[in-house]
Amino acid sequence: MSADILKVENLIKRYGGLLATDDLSIDVRKGELHAVIGPNGAGKTTLIKQLTGEITSDGGTVLFDGKDIRRYPEPKRSHVGIARSFQITTLFQNFTVLENVILAVQSHHGHSFRFWKNANNDPDLIEPALEALRQMGMENRKDVVVSELSHGEQRQLEISVALATNPKMLLLDEPMAGMSVEDSTKLIATLKELKGRLSILLIEHDMDAVFSLADRITVLVYGRAIATGTPEEIRSNDEVRQAYLGEED
Amino acid sequence: MNWLLLLEQMLNGFQLGILLFLLAAGLTLVFGIMDLVNLAHGSLYMMGAYFCATFTGWTDSFLLGALLAIPATLILGILVEVIALRNLYARDHLDQVLATFGLILFFNEFVRLVWGPIGLDIPLPAFLNATVEIIPGAPYPTYRIAIIILGFLVAGLLYLLVSKTRMGMLIRAGASNRETIGALGVNIKLLFTMVFGLGAALAGLAGLMAGPILSVEIGMGDGILILTLVVIVIGGIGSIKGAFIAAIIVGLIDTVGRSFLPEFLDLFLAEDSAATAAPAISSMLIYILMALILAIRPQGLFPPKGVGR
Amino acid sequence: MSILTPRGIINSLLLIGLALVPFVTEAMGDSFYTGLISRILILSIAAISLNLLIGFGGMVSFGHAAYIGVGAYMVGIGAFHAFEDGIDWMLNGYVQLLGALLGSAIIALIIGAISLRTRGVYFIMITMAFSQMLYFTAVGVELYGADDGLSIYSRSDMLGLIDMSDEKSLYYLIFFSLLLILYFMHRLNGSHFGNIIRGTKSNEARMRSIGVSPYRYRLTAFVIAGTIAGYAGFLMANLNDFVSPDMMHWTRSGDLIIMIVLGGMGNLFGPLYGAVAFIMLEEVLSSIPLTVGGLRVGEYWQLIFGPMLILIVLYARNGIDSFLPGKARAS
Repeated sequence: MSADILKVENLIKRYGGLLATDDLSIDVRKGELHAVIGPNGAGKTTLIKQLTGEITSDGGTVLFDGKDIRRYPEPKRSHVGIARSFQITTLFQNFTVLENVILAVQSHHGHSFRFWKNANNDPDLIEPALEALRQMGMENRKDVVVSELSHGEQRQLEISVALATNPKMLLLDEPMAGMSVEDSTKLIATLKELKGRLSILLIEHDMDAVFSLADRITVLVYGRAIATGTPEEIRSNDEVRQAYLGEED
Repeated sequence: MNWLLLLEQMLNGFQLGILLFLLAAGLTLVFGIMDLVNLAHGSLYMMGAYFCATFTGWTDSFLLGALLAIPATLILGILVEVIALRNLYARDHLDQVLATFGLILFFNEFVRLVWGPIGLDIPLPAFLNATVEIIPGAPYPTYRIAIIILGFLVAGLLYLLVSKTRMGMLIRAGASNRETIGALGVNIKLLFTMVFGLGAALAGLAGLMAGPILSVEIGMGDGILILTLVVIVIGGIGSIKGAFIAAIIVGLIDTVGRSFLPEFLDLFLAEDSAATAAPAISSMLIYILMALILAIRPQGLFPPKGVGR
Repeated sequence: MSILTPRGIINSLLLIGLALVPFVTEAMGDSFYTGLISRILILSIAAISLNLLIGFGGMVSFGHAAYIGVGAYMVGIGAFHAFEDGIDWMLNGYVQLLGALLGSAIIALIIGAISLRTRGVYFIMITMAFSQMLYFTAVGVELYGADDGLSIYSRSDMLGLIDMSDEKSLYYLIFFSLLLILYFMHRLNGSHFGNIIRGTKSNEARMRSIGVSPYRYRLTAFVIAGTIAGYAGFLMANLNDFVSPDMMHWTRSGDLIIMIVLGGMGNLFGPLYGAVAFIMLEEVLSSIPLTVGGLRVGEYWQLIFGPMLILIVLYARNGIDSFLPGKARAS
């Protein structure tokens, strides 16, 4: 077994004549936080959707933990250890915070063809659920209904739900979008704690966050990876400056 | 196998298919563009037939009656859209189903109040109430031929409307992606009302054409509504082309199946059990067809691009 | 479901009231109301089962009356063969009940397996079409009376349990069935299974991403709901001494949906309130004594009920639920 938890080779996604993901190769090492950056429309979210199985890929291989999972349906990928947060908050809006996380724990606790015993009182589910909330500092909000949470809290719950599935790897799709400075500072600290224990693929527009968190960065333009390297290498890469970072000057 | 009978039944199948298409076209457009499930579409069909019966009585002419009934149904459709349905576009499908179900109850009761509980007949003028031998040796009712011809004509016009005009362009844009028509700076309210009126007029046309063959009665739209739903589900909701092809297929299979299934079952079953089973099985045929098609293509045969829900 | 909340007290009072119905009507000397309320309770059993799909699961099934019909026909067909051909075991209530449950479960399994592959409006239309297929099938079978249906000359023989031909006993069978099904639904909704069903309604994309493939769970819910509706049909046939294709007509399925919405979706007791309200509205509106221009208004009650339904959808979406104290957390 290699040190890569995820190894993507020659991945392709076509929409009609358009190549949204164009022969993309990327790898994520165990315990690494690997950021993917790129201008809007570069295909970052498409990549996440392909990795989680929300959409099918038209070619290439996706090796996760040594298994080729390219043809796995979405729910099965959760069970091999991939978890994600969505760019647009995707939660059980009318459930409480704790119930959201319990559902995520429950889905990894055997089948749910259990028709009688109350699930939300089940200590086997509550304990791991509370642990997932604790990691994001949300346990004091556990009885609040999601629709009553602030935006920042909902973003944090997104990650708690992902953590509750006990994943090997997190795919985070712009977790800081719309967050206050305070909240994102907190989130950056939390992600620093998580990395090492988990492998993380991070998509984020906040460059300060990316450069302070990432072990390596891949730059995506038009569905292609134009460069991969440490933050320093990326900062000094001419092609990247031209294609992307240069725009910000 | 009786080939003359088969040909005759196929013509009947085309005729049913054409009626279904006229209904399905409106329903599928209204869904495709406004995202509205309108169960009361069958009521507009019924109202078309009743209008026609009344106007035919007043004018003593079926043709005049029919010509008056079409704009009458169109106006009724517009009224229904403006008063009730306009407020439902943004609601979920369950709300739409319930409210339009309320409309059905209203219209059925309204008809009973105005026209009484007993069905009406629409008398045909002499020149339509005849037969022609388009197949040698098998006289076929002129009126049914007229339905088929007129139906194809309307289908052709509809095709031209959708593919060649500005309104058609907007309709197509709306059916594949609802947001785009908003971006085009069109008066959406007016477009929606027009599309709904058009659908109502087509339903009315189908109703008045069916009137002289079937009897004009309360609830006549409730049964055919389900067949129409089957058609648009098979064809792919939002697709006029799908509606046309599916309507013809459903019309043919339902009609031909009903008349030939007993003979066909005789080959396998004892005669009396075949006679018992045939009516039940033949009424299941199109639903089995629907199940098969959906098992392979859950979005129907021709789902418009982008309506992936 | 704590009983000691205002809402719990109202619910309990309703149930206690229902428990006393036969005694009250006996004292009044008018057994018409026992029959009427029996019908309401059977319809609420069916509506409760449909609420599992629509209210809790977000699956707008528009063909639920079909399973009532299947259950009812099992009683009708059994009585028919016992009566016509002297096949006595077909009158056995336990056999009929088993037939009703199995029959509706199998048909729900087939219809659900196909319909649940689709979403949204396709699902509504397909469930509707399949139920209409069953309706036409019943219309097509001459042997069992086709359009006219079957009269049941002898009710299910539930030897050793109750005498179905005694209206009071039948009422209590219905009433206790309702209690049992309410409790079962309460457990079900809180269970692991219920979590998945409610969660899938709330957000299917999230459900899939946390590793649940909802299809099997939804199909199971579909079969459970269909089976309970089949049981309601078994009761209905015995109450009416009659079955006909009309029980399965798609507009009957529409009535069930109206009951759910009237009562307030997604809470346990909603369908019960909704069924009471629906039948009461029907009774009250159709007996309006007003006469306009020689026409009795009550005779055309749907002229009022139709627009009323539209107004309810537009302006009172939460039904009776919004008038009850306390908040049932709809999930």
